[in-house]
Amino acid sequence: MIRLTGIEKRFGLNKVLKGVDVVVPAGSVTALIGPSGSGKSTLLRCVNLLEAPDAGEVEIDDVRLSFRAGERPRKDAVRTLRLKTGMVFQSFQLFPHRTALGNVMEGLVTVLGWRPDRARDRAMALLDKVGMAHKAEAWPSTLSGGQQQRVAIARALAPSPRVLLCDEPTSALDPKLAAEVVDVLRTLAHEGVTMLMATHDLRLASTIARNVVFLDDGLVVEEGTARAMFTAPRDSRTRSFIAHITETAVHAWTD
Amino acid sequence: MPHWLELMAASFGSLMVAGLVFTVPLTILSFAGGLALGSLAAMVRLFGPRPLASLVRFYVWIIRGTPLLVQLFVIFYGLPSAGILIDAFPAALIGFTLNVGAYTSEVVRAVIASVPNGQWEASYSIGMSWSQAMRRTVLPQAARVAVPPLSNSFISLVKDTSLAAAITVPELFQAAQRIVAVTYEPLILYVEAALIYLAFSSVLSILQARLERSFGRSGGFAGARP
Repeated sequence: MIRLTGIEKRFGLNKVLKGVDVVVPAGSVTALIGPSGSGKSTLLRCVNLLEAPDAGEVEIDDVRLSFRAGERPRKDAVRTLRLKTGMVFQSFQLFPHRTALGNVMEGLVTVLGWRPDRARDRAMALLDKVGMAHKAEAWPSTLSGGQQQRVAIARALAPSPRVLLCDEPTSALDPKLAAEVVDVLRTLAHEGVTMLMATHDLRLASTIARNVVFLDDGLVVEEGTARAMFTAPRDSRTRSFIAHITETAVHAWTD
Repeated sequence: MPHWLELMAASFGSLMVAGLVFTVPLTILSFAGGLALGSLAAMVRLFGPRPLASLVRFYVWIIRGTPLLVQLFVIFYGLPSAGILIDAFPAALIGFTLNVGAYTSEVVRAVIASVPNGQWEASYSIGMSWSQAMRRTVLPQAARVAVPPLSNSFISLVKDTSLAAAITVPELFQAAQRIVAVTYEPLILYVEAALIYLAFSSVLSILQARLERSFGRSGGFAGARP
């Protein structure tokens, strides 16, 4: 479960998040949609403290942290929250100097202090889950974007996080490669992995997410079930944004 | 045997001894010291407190802005006037170390900064601390990029050590000068000295190529020729 309450974040004079409340129930998937610059990525990065919020509360399962402007979160609190979260990045960010297997093992060995043979077993199981076991010894630079992102998902899952944060996981991929990643994420969703994802990908949002939150200009404009949001949006801004991404998606599918 | 070859063969031994006893140790020690100093300076500039970072900038500015030969003269001939007496070899070692440190600090700073921010974030996202991210993710990637520019510094240093002759270190070039003083054969002796420097730096070039190849095997960058 993720509960974000009154999250505010500013960069200089630019207030990116103006008091955002989002709840992701355990075992469900919530998609954050909204135009570029609406604060989706920043909100995600506030959950695992890649950005420290200026105000508000972040709660994941039994851990709750409050933030105030100018106050740096304590190191052990940051570590606790990061171990409860895994993150998938738009540009994959695999470690280029480690093999696919090495990437997945890294968190287990370096952070959790597992013995390499035990870490290897878990990493192989995860690579198998994302359909990448046959490329365990491959270097990231030799993999396609879709393959890299699947390895990145396995890496994020390795330390058994309670929630998976996905920042535009398919945006850097063409539709065919994006489909591989969507398949993997769908499987995880069916298995009950709690996910919060920022995305422009209509297919991703509509087929995997139970709930959709529309963010614009640092505020939640509208939220609801995926079906309601995509078929009957109430707010005019939501309507025009959904019409826009639908058009883009149809365009991509007929490409 | 022609005269020039005979002379080269006769002086080869003493040139090589000077090279192996002075030039090579001076090069290796001051490069190791300079690399350590430069790495420390780079860390201070990237992550240290501001006044300390300014101090490092000042050091780099002084060293890069003044001739190496003049620096050596200040240390060996100048400092005694201030009551600081340093023997020739340690003086040369200090001078070269400070010099290498300034140049490599710029290299180290640049290669660490060249590792994309996303790599830090990916490391943090799996729970790593700053020092774990530095050690496990950033430095290995930075090291690979650093090999060519650091090899450049190393090879330059081999040749720069000949400046130590001017502060009485009996290294390779000074050994050649001494033989010239007796034989009056500057062309032959200086060409011979040049060839020995060439051999030393060629060994380093070969080591560099090997190092780059071994880095290239472990991953490598898409499309880049190792």
